[in-house]
Amino acid sequence: MDALNFVFPNDLHVHWSMMIVLYPYLTGLVDGSFIVAALYYVFGVQSLKPISRFSLVFALAFLSCAMFPLLMHLGRPERNHNMMITPSPTSAMSGAGFIFTVAIVLIGLIVLLVYRPTLVKLRLKTKGIMQIPYRLLTMDSTNLSPESLELDRKIIKVLVAIGIPVATVLHGYVGFLFGGVKANPSWSTPLMPVIFLFSACVSGFSALILAYMVIKKVQHQPVDIPCVRTCINILAGFFILAFSFEMLEVFSHSYLKTWYHHSVEGLLNGPLFYSFWVWQVGICSVLPLLLLGWLCLFKLKTSVFKFFAGAVSLMLLLQVLLMRWNVVIGGQLMSKSTRGYTQFHPEWFDKEGILTVIVLVSLPFIVLFIMSKIFPLWLEEEKNSS
Amino acid sequence: MGKPDKGLDRERRDFIKKVLNGAVAGSLLLVIPMPAGAAAKEVPEQIKGIRGQKWDMAHKRFAFIVDITRCIGCGSCVVADRREYNVPAGYYRTWVERYLKDLDDQVYVDSPNGGFDGYQAPRKDIEVEVRDTFFVPKLCNMCKEPPCVQVCPVGATFKSPDGFVLMDPQRCVGCAYCIQACPYSARFLDPFTRTAEKCSWCYHRVRKGLLPVCVNVCPTRARKFGDLNDKSSEVYKLLHEHEVLTVLKKDMGTYPALYYKGLRREVV
Repeated sequence: MDALNFVFPNDLHVHWSMMIVLYPYLTGLVDGSFIVAALYYVFGVQSLKPISRFSLVFALAFLSCAMFPLLMHLGRPERNHNMMITPSPTSAMSGAGFIFTVAIVLIGLIVLLVYRPTLVKLRLKTKGIMQIPYRLLTMDSTNLSPESLELDRKIIKVLVAIGIPVATVLHGYVGFLFGGVKANPSWSTPLMPVIFLFSACVSGFSALILAYMVIKKVQHQPVDIPCVRTCINILAGFFILAFSFEMLEVFSHSYLKTWYHHSVEGLLNGPLFYSFWVWQVGICSVLPLLLLGWLCLFKLKTSVFKFFAGAVSLMLLLQVLLMRWNVVIGGQLMSKSTRGYTQFHPEWFDKEGILTVIVLVSLPFIVLFIMSKIFPLWLEEEKNSS
Repeated sequence: MGKPDKGLDRERRDFIKKVLNGAVAGSLLLVIPMPAGAAAKEVPEQIKGIRGQKWDMAHKRFAFIVDITRCIGCGSCVVADRREYNVPAGYYRTWVERYLKDLDDQVYVDSPNGGFDGYQAPRKDIEVEVRDTFFVPKLCNMCKEPPCVQVCPVGATFKSPDGFVLMDPQRCVGCAYCIQACPYSARFLDPFTRTAEKCSWCYHRVRKGLLPVCVNVCPTRARKFGDLNDKSSEVYKLLHEHEVLTVLKKDMGTYPALYYKGLRREVV
């Protein structure tokens, strides 16, 4: 029925493409991994101790790269500072720079405090000009007395506690950027920040589980099964919430059958049928949900548990990526004429193309690798080095 | 062979000189532009009470009315707009849509090339009994509560006190949030300047007492623009008549200053 398809002439172009899919994905990973740190440092979930430090460094590595997709997306990236110099108070987007700055300063501070003993040891080993960065990183203190470390622990707890609302705002806000666009019926829902937030937790936990198991495998070190088990249990909880809200949004509207439903159903059942119903909902949500139930409720052999924990994490990472894709790009496929759909063809060598995506996704891992040379990711390593 | 006649030779030379002089002088006239001020003075004022007056931002009220019943889909407005602003191909500050309705209330809409080429032939891809057909010109709605202004993170798009929603391309960061926020899809990202662009109701012309270029070229006067403070203006009269005037996407709560006369319910 091509004769019925009508797209407003300016709607043929998808202005927010893969960079805007990537940005919420990266900040989501930051948020989720920060929740792991919060559970250990604030709520005292001891079983998460093996990955408590890793989660913080992971969050910092990804957060330090989270702004690059946005810069790549901007038509005039050289003017990006205007967002912070002359922010418009009415715009939701003008808060991005400030929220991001608060988050990165906070997570940076937490990492420095957590690793202060390590940094002090490094500082004492270093001579000459290299002492200056170490003096800065250790806040010019070499005091490692039990009282001092206890004070550090208390400050870390307070900072991580402050970090919880900051992380919530960081990602809930990204959801609000979409939820606040009334012109796009598939975006404008108050549920959008909630969906984004829970899916961020899902992606963060999945990424941590997968990264932890892969790194341990590469390093030929044992995986702490109780830690992964706790992660899988919490992941299941967050995923039930995320998936419920995603489906609630669709099903409540399809039951209400208002104008909203009629404009969005064509999108979900048409251009997004495979990426939404088949991949996001079917393969990457229902299947992992069943697997998570199996992993959480039954006692399995360690090898089986490890394999399926990794597989579920990978599927859920893909689920969240698909969800971002279907929201960001899918939402723009529907013209504001509500009478037709445009198409999106990703290009390899475009400024916002596939190659850029590959580079920008690799970047946080490179940063993580470099950071791991200064900040030991695992507690055992630190004990061995001291 | 006799010697050439010197008198005749001189005449020839004189003739050639005159022709050359004339050609050079003529081409100079083409090359040297006419002083802009002189040309502007010759164009008669199209909106009364603007030239020679102080531009009082706070008390200016303008309205744009599109009369659907008059539009013939010639595309002159789209052509004029493209020439006025050098709009890149594939993007539109204004465009014209063609609506077609069959006996089963099925609506078919198209706008090939934004109506730039004019609708010279009926649609060939549908074979239905047409009940009704009409054209709808679209442009910036100059909302009183513009979502594009609300979402712009750097204030590059703003509402001036005289009611125009304008763009400052020097400030725009090219984030395209305004494009997402506009319910009418009246905005686009210029692929050359990499900043957002939109119809300005020809603010630069209005300030000089001239009508927006699309209004100026419309052969059927389907596009009307005027000062609401001038009680003799056509827009003032239309807004005070019993004729039903409507706006697009009323439920968006944007309160457009662009009104449509004879708009059908099928139009979004």
